[in-house]
Parts: sequence; structure tokens; C-alpha cells
Amino acid sequence: MSTQQGSRFFFNVDWITILLYVALCAIGFINIYASIYNPETSDIFNFSSNYGKQLIYIITGLLLGFSILLLDAKFFSVFSPIVYGITMLLLMAVLVFGRNVGGNQAWISLPGGFRLQPSEMAKFGTALLVARYIGNFNPKFRDIKSIFFAALIIGFPLLLIMLQPDTGSALVFLAFMFPLYREGLSGYFLLIFLGMIVLFIADFLVPIQVLIPIILVAGGIFVYQNRRKQKRLFSIIITTIVAIAYLFMVKLAYEKVLEPHQRIRIEIMLGLKTDPRGAGYNVNQSKIAIGSGQLTGRGFLEGTQTKYGYVPEQSTDFIFSTIGEEWGFMGCTVVIGIYTFLLLRIINLAERQRSSFSRVYGYCVASIIFFHVFINIGMTIGIIPVIGIPLPFISYGGSSLWSFTVLLFIFLKLDSNRMGFI
Amino acid sequence: MDNLFNRKYIIQGLFIVVALILIGQLFYIQVASDRYFLSANSNVLRKKYTFPARGVILDRNNRVLVQNEPVYDLMVTPNLVKPFDTLELCRIIGIDMKGFYKRFNKARNQSRYQRTVFEKQLSVQTYAALQERLSRFIGFETQNRTVRHYPDSVAGQFFGYVKEVTEKDIEDSQGYYRPGDYIGKAGIEREYNEALRGERGVENTIYNAKNVPQGSYLEGKFDTLAISGEALVSSLDIEMQKLGEQLLKNKVGSIVAIEPSTGEVLAFVSSPTYDPNLMVGRQQGNNYMDIFRSPNRPLTVRPMSGYYSPGSSFKPVDDLIALQEGVIDPNTTFNCPGVYWAGNHPVKCEHVDGPISMRRGLARSCNTYACYVFQKLMTQGKFKSKTAAYDSWEAKVRKFGIGSTLGLDMPFERKGRLFTSAEYTKRFGKYWGYTTVISLAIGQGEMSATPLQMANIMAIIANRGYYIKPHLIKGIGDKKEVKKEYLVKNSVDIDAAHFEPVIDGMQDAVNSPHGTARESAIPNILFCGKTGTVQNPHGKNHSVFIGFAPRDNPKIAIAVIVENAGFGSSYAAPIASYLTEKYLTGKLSGNRPERAEWMKKQVVLPEEPKPKVKLLPKPIDSTSKGNPAPTTATKPIQVTK
Repeated sequence: MSTQQGSRFFFNVDWITILLYVALCAIGFINIYASIYNPETSDIFNFSSNYGKQLIYIITGLLLGFSILLLDAKFFSVFSPIVYGITMLLLMAVLVFGRNVGGNQAWISLPGGFRLQPSEMAKFGTALLVARYIGNFNPKFRDIKSIFFAALIIGFPLLLIMLQPDTGSALVFLAFMFPLYREGLSGYFLLIFLGMIVLFIADFLVPIQVLIPIILVAGGIFVYQNRRKQKRLFSIIITTIVAIAYLFMVKLAYEKVLEPHQRIRIEIMLGLKTDPRGAGYNVNQSKIAIGSGQLTGRGFLEGTQTKYGYVPEQSTDFIFSTIGEEWGFMGCTVVIGIYTFLLLRIINLAERQRSSFSRVYGYCVASIIFFHVFINIGMTIGIIPVIGIPLPFISYGGSSLWSFTVLLFIFLKLDSNRMGFI
Repeated sequence: MDNLFNRKYIIQGLFIVVALILIGQLFYIQVASDRYFLSANSNVLRKKYTFPARGVILDRNNRVLVQNEPVYDLMVTPNLVKPFDTLELCRIIGIDMKGFYKRFNKARNQSRYQRTVFEKQLSVQTYAALQERLSRFIGFETQNRTVRHYPDSVAGQFFGYVKEVTEKDIEDSQGYYRPGDYIGKAGIEREYNEALRGERGVENTIYNAKNVPQGSYLEGKFDTLAISGEALVSSLDIEMQKLGEQLLKNKVGSIVAIEPSTGEVLAFVSSPTYDPNLMVGRQQGNNYMDIFRSPNRPLTVRPMSGYYSPGSSFKPVDDLIALQEGVIDPNTTFNCPGVYWAGNHPVKCEHVDGPISMRRGLARSCNTYACYVFQKLMTQGKFKSKTAAYDSWEAKVRKFGIGSTLGLDMPFERKGRLFTSAEYTKRFGKYWGYTTVISLAIGQGEMSATPLQMANIMAIIANRGYYIKPHLIKGIGDKKEVKKEYLVKNSVDIDAAHFEPVIDGMQDAVNSPHGTARESAIPNILFCGKTGTVQNPHGKNHSVFIGFAPRDNPKIAIAVIVENAGFGSSYAAPIASYLTEKYLTGKLSGNRPERAEWMKKQVVLPEEPKPKVKLLPKPIDSTSKGNPAPTTATKPIQVTK
């Protein structure tokens, strides 16, 4: 019985995903090694160095992942409220006991020199509870109540993380829009969300005196087209008014709420300000490093920008600049290709689940990884403002690697058990 | 399957679209644009240059004409500068505080991180004073380079000068030159710049983000040592050049001497001249303007860009063509009553000789004889029309080098002038004949030649029918190679036999009692020549002499022009004679040294020209494509009546 179970277990796990996972971890290790490479102390198994540590994180991460595979699949569904609750407590604890690193109170120190980043754990905690909520109640998000509940589950950790303040990690929670959309949330929410981003950017680039007439004219056209449909007419007028109010709110929030460094980052991303020696230094150097890789890259350990420390934070948030410089456009395309393949694979796996819980959780995993990849790479090549979030599986750091490993392997466990009942 | 299943594709589609956006931007910064690649190199690499010594130039006897002297540039790397006693630095290098800030800001604007020149060409003395205290001026350092020194202070126009590169030079050099480099701008320094300049050495050093050097780039794979420029052996005889400049002192004119057998230019004198050392160093700009403004245009290289009618010195060429055509023979005589009537237009002679032959006609410079020869050439029966006769004659004259450049190894050589029949038709209408252009018979009218071309004609006659393109540099580099074009004999298509009667006449011109240049005979050497007294509209006649010596196996062909000095026999011929003797024997014999001294003291300057703005040449900006302005004062005109 046990052997039969064992073979079924290995038969059912999606080895393709594990292969992609291992590939990304390996790419991460190679590039972290290159980022902090120093010809004098180049021993790969030097565990006091960051690449040595990363190797330990990868190995322990794999162990962690496989031990998750050995747990009972029902465990995650049953204990999801508890996992969620623990992570929320940790998020609150970090506000009180947290260590301040780089302006954000995001870390909890543990005995033995380890540090914990609860915001990373909150991602799978929230994902589990969202999946549980949808799995249990099967809401179609047609009514305000279900939207409200979902927003509550997602908004609570988001708010706590904002208080650290760690805007970057908080933004990742917007990724939960995708699973909600998949489960029935109106596409309008996505459109409104998109519209908010467009208006936000337009607010900086176009003077408000021009923007308001444009919105009014657009609203007028819609009103004229829908003049026979009273119900729609009403919502169009409301939307127009809200859009204009939003413009003023953005301006107000921008000036009163955002920190100066965040304002500058946004301005640099929008091209309103160039300050290559100041706040734009990271992005500029990152773009130089990536651009200098050209088609085929300078080769492993040959990147001059990497070797001589021109890109700050290169082993963590800016790890993609090492890939860009040393492996070139081809290497970058391969990495983005692996990510895309992984994301599409997870979605496909999610769709073959019998339980809503597993499916929703799969979507959550894909969306979170997608947000991280898009924001991180977009940041290093200058199409997104500097938001300090790691590149999944590749960036240096145990907290990040382990929480992504846990996030992914829970889903692999659920998938291997897709025929069973949860 | 519920209908929400389709939303899977929307989400997957979004993932793919975003991936493509990322790849698109990556393609732009990595593949399509090399901006980031270049920025990366400028982040990391600092180049330190070492400057090669410019090639030396020797004379034909291996005497050094140009050598290099060390000077020091004070360099600054603005971001390394720490506060220091600026006044002390100013005092040492001799600038004021205002000048200090001007220089410092200029350097900082160029680059904060790269070394730039703070002050150029400090002398050895200043350098020594500075070097003691340099450790206090953090961020400053010196860099040695060399400047030119011309020990004999002669032949300014021959050498030209070296100057800091302009932005245009940098563009044209396709990356070879950088701001602050030097480039030959005129004369030999310009013509042979690529051989002389050598190769700059470079050390590539890698710097990390904290601007700390990290050793050499790729183990010095791209580092090079400075390679000195190649040495040039000039064909000039510097002693002769010096004597020539002394003889033309306080006169305006030109001397060109050529070794006929090789085409090597032995003397290349342009007067007034200037000391080439003035074109070196920190005062270069001021000195240049002083020289440019001084009278009689010292910057004009008269040997190759001065236009002079050859005058009577052209007669041997016409005689040679006539002999080759067979319209006369050496014994043909014409009657000279002291004037030749071209229609109702008289061409006067200085003498009345009656029947006169070629030998005597050349010795006496008989205009009548020359006009008859020209008449014969123009009225040959074999030509269908006057223009055909003229065209044939013109083509033969052009073979002697008049009207086109000779390919001298100097920039901006000029062509001289010879009208085509079409140009005459344009000027005179359809009806013109040899009488209309009879001035050409005596080398006047629409004919002008550079002194170089005149000397080359002498070389042709000395060689009995060919010339080698005149050149100033006879050896480049260690192998002492000469350009291939300077090894080719160019024939003028006149049989060698025809030269002897003409040379007889030229021998008599100097060596017979009735010769025009009898005063200029050289003891024990058969000096053959021809005087010219060239009418010109701007004042007195130009004194012209061309000649070669010795008659057999000639070693030197020479042309001398002294502007506004009257008869060819009075100035040009003696000057040519002294130089020729000096070159052939190394000294002057008898009382000739005293006579030469007398000649050196003579002042023959043109009358102050009326200030006409249009006559002033443009500044010789050798960077411009155009030729330097011609010597307008020497424009030929038609024969006076």
C-alpha cells in the first residue's frame, strides 16, 4: 500500500514545474555568484559568502518543498485560516518588534542570527485563505457582500504592510485581482484598475486643465450613445465624476502622502526627471549593465559593471542586471521565457483541478509570481518605478526563496492530489 | 466547464503580452541601441595616453632640421582635487585667480572623472618648480609631450607648422585624434603628418564604482606603447637654403633648385619668410597673427603658389617645340630691326641685331626672334585652323608642366595658368590669331607659372627631355623609401638632339660677352641659363632667371624670381649663380663672397601697395579646403605697347 502510494505520489507531482523551479534557482545561484564574485575568494562552497548562503537556502528550500509534498493535502485547506491568522499576527508583531532595514520595518530577528520577513509569508497565507473562502462559498462576486469579504481578506495584510511602510510588497497583493476575476469578478474591475493606472500616469504627463475637458468630452460621447438606457447613463455620469475627483485625489495624495523618494522614483520612471547620479542612479546603472550585455552578453564573470560594483543591490533586487550584462539579450529572453512557461504551466495545472480551492490557489500562485517578475524586471530596465521586490527564485535571500518555494510547493501538493477530495 | 473558463485565456494572454513587452524593451536597450554599451565602458575604463615623439626631419646631408623638445602639460582630474593653496599654483605657472577658475571650470565641464589639460606646454623650468610642490596639489599631475624645435630657424614655409587639433580634425580623423592632440597644419608637417605623428600609446585601467583603480583592462590586451613618428629625409640642402634666404632678405621673391636627375628639391625659398620656431609653443596664436599681418604675406608659399609670367625665360621652351615640329632649324635666322610687328602691334627688343639665329637669339633674349618662332608654329600648313594650331602648341607647352600641378609633396600646390583656345575665343570672339596672343611668344600674357614649374622646366632641359616630379622628401622612415611616383621619368616628347642648340644659346646667355647674364658666369663651371624681365601691372618688372649647371651631367636646375627688381640680370641671375656655385663647390670663388654679401644687403621691396581690401588674401586657414590666396601682386598682364 505504501509503495503504491509512493509511486502514485511521484507519478502525480508535476515534474516539469519542479524542473523550471530548479532551473530558476540555479540561474539565481550562478548570477549571485557572479554579482559578488571576487577573484581572491572565489571558493564556491564558501558558506560565509552570500552565494554560499544562497546554496544553503536552495538546498533547505528543496527540503522544505519536498516535506510539503509529504503533508496531507487536506491540511492546507483545513488550516488555511490558522496560517492566515499567524501571518497576520507576525505582520502586526513586525510593526512592534521589527528591525528597521533600509527604512522599512519589515524584519523580525530570530535567535541564531536568522531574520524573518513576515510580508513574504503573508503572500501564501492570504492565498490560502482566499482559496478557502472561494472554495467553501463559491461566490460569483455578483454581490457587494462577497466582494467586500474578499477585499477584507486581501486588504488587511496589504494595509499592515503599507504601515511598515513597504509599498512594493503591498502592491503585490493587487495580484489577487486575477484569481477573483477568474472566479467571476466583473471584468470592469480590471478595467477600472487599468483606468486608474492610466489616469495616474496621465495626471503627471498632461496638465489637469487639458485632462478634465478630455474626460468630460469622452463622458459626453458615452452619454450620447447610451441616451436611451437610463441605468447605464447613470453609471457613466458617476464614473466621469469619480474620474475627475480621482485626478485631484492623486495630486493630493502625491503631494501629501508619498515620501519624497517615492515621488522622485515615479518622476524618473515617467521621464519627468533625469538624475543619473542621484535617485536615478540605480536604474541608470542597471540599464547600462543590461544594455552593455548586447546580444550574447559579456560572459560568465566577465561583466565589468557587475564585477566592479556599479549596480547597487545587485544580488538582491537588481539581480536581473547581472543576467543582462553577462548573458545578454539571449540570456534575458531565456529567463523571461522560463518564467512565462512556468506561469502558463501553473494556470494550466490550476484549470485541471477538481476543487475550487486548488484552482484558486493555483491562480494566486501564478499571479503573485507574475507581479514579482513583471515589477522587478520592469524596474531594472526602467519601465516601472523602483519598487524593491525580489525576483522570484533568483534574487538572493532566504526569506524570499523559502516563501516562494512554500507558495509553489503547496500548489504542487494540491495538484498531485487533484483526484482526491479536499 | 463554466463560461468563466475562457478567462483563463485572458489571463494567460496578459502574461504573454507582458513578457513580450519586457523582451521588447530588452531588445531596445541591448541590441538596438549601443548607448548603454558605450556608457558601460566609460563607467569602467580610464585611458591614459602616452604621446609619441614626432618624427625628425633631416636634410639631404643628414643634418637635423627638426627635433623635439620636451614640454609638460599640467593635467587635472576635477573630482580628485582637494582644497589647496591655489595662489601658489597660480604663481608657479604664471596665471591669475581668474585664469585659474576659468581653466578649472573648463576642465570640469569636459569631465569630472577624466584627466583634462589644465595648462599646456609648461617649460622645463616651470615644470621643475612645479614638480617640487606637485604633491600638495592633489588631483593635478603632469604629462610630458614634445614640441617641435627647428635649430636653423629657416625654411618656415617648407616645414609649415603643428597645431592643436580642431573639432573638425577630430571628426575627420574617425577617432584617431582627441581634444588636445597636435596635428600638422601646413607644409611638410601637414603633408607627411601621418608618417610623422607616430602612434599614441594607451593604458586602459579599470576603475570600480568607487573610482579606485582595479588594474589593467584584460591584462593589458589593448594597451600599447607610444611609437615615435618616422624620420623623414628631406631633399633640401640646408646650407644652400640658408644662403638663399639670406640672399633674398629684404626682397620679395622665391628660389627653387632641383636636382635634375632625381627631381629632388634642393632649395625651397620663399621671401619674406619667418622663423618656424615662432609657430611653436604657447605664443603660437599671437605669432601667427603677427606674421599674417606683416607686409608681403610671409605665409604664402611662393615657390608653389606664387604666379609669375615666365617672361623671356619661356623662350627656350618655344624654341624646343619649334625644333621638334621642324618649323625652324638651329641655323634659321630672322631679321631683328629692334621690333617685331604683330599686325599693327609692336613687340620691342632691347637691341637691334639684324639677322639673328637661335643661339644668339637666346643669349641676347631677342624678342623678335621669339615672335617669329611663335609665328612659324602658329601658321604651319598642317593645321586646318588657327585654333587647331594653338591647341597643338598648348598641349606641347603643357607637357613642360605649365598649367597643371607637378605633384609636389606639399599641400595646396597651384597649377599656374595657360589659356585654352576656347578661353581665348570667349575673350576675343571668333577672330583671333597668333598676332592677338603674340605675348605668349615671350612668356607674357595669359601664361603664368610657379617658380617650381620654372625650375622644373630647367630640369627638363638639363635632362634633355624628361623630368621626375619634384619632391621635398626623399626618404620616409627607416627604409628611406620615396613615394613611387617620384621615381618615374616624365617625357616631354622632344628629341634629345634638339636640346643641344637651345642649351648652346643658354650657355651663351651666361658665358658669352653678348649674353644677358654674363655678369653671373661661374668660374670653371658651365652655367647655362636664361634671364627674364617680367612686366607686371603692380610696379617695376620682376627679375627672373632660370638655369642649370654644369652643362654636361647637370647637378642643379634653378629658378629665381625677385619681385619688382627690374632686369633678370641684375638680381635673379647673380643670386642663382651664387647658389649654384655654393651648391656645386661648397664655396664662392674670387671676389664673389663680397658680391654675395652686397646682394644680401640690398633692399628691394615693392612700393607699399595702396590698401585695397580685395587684394588682401584670406587668412591661410589650412583647415579649409581651398588653396591659399595667390600672390595677387604678381598677376601677369599683357605686354605693354
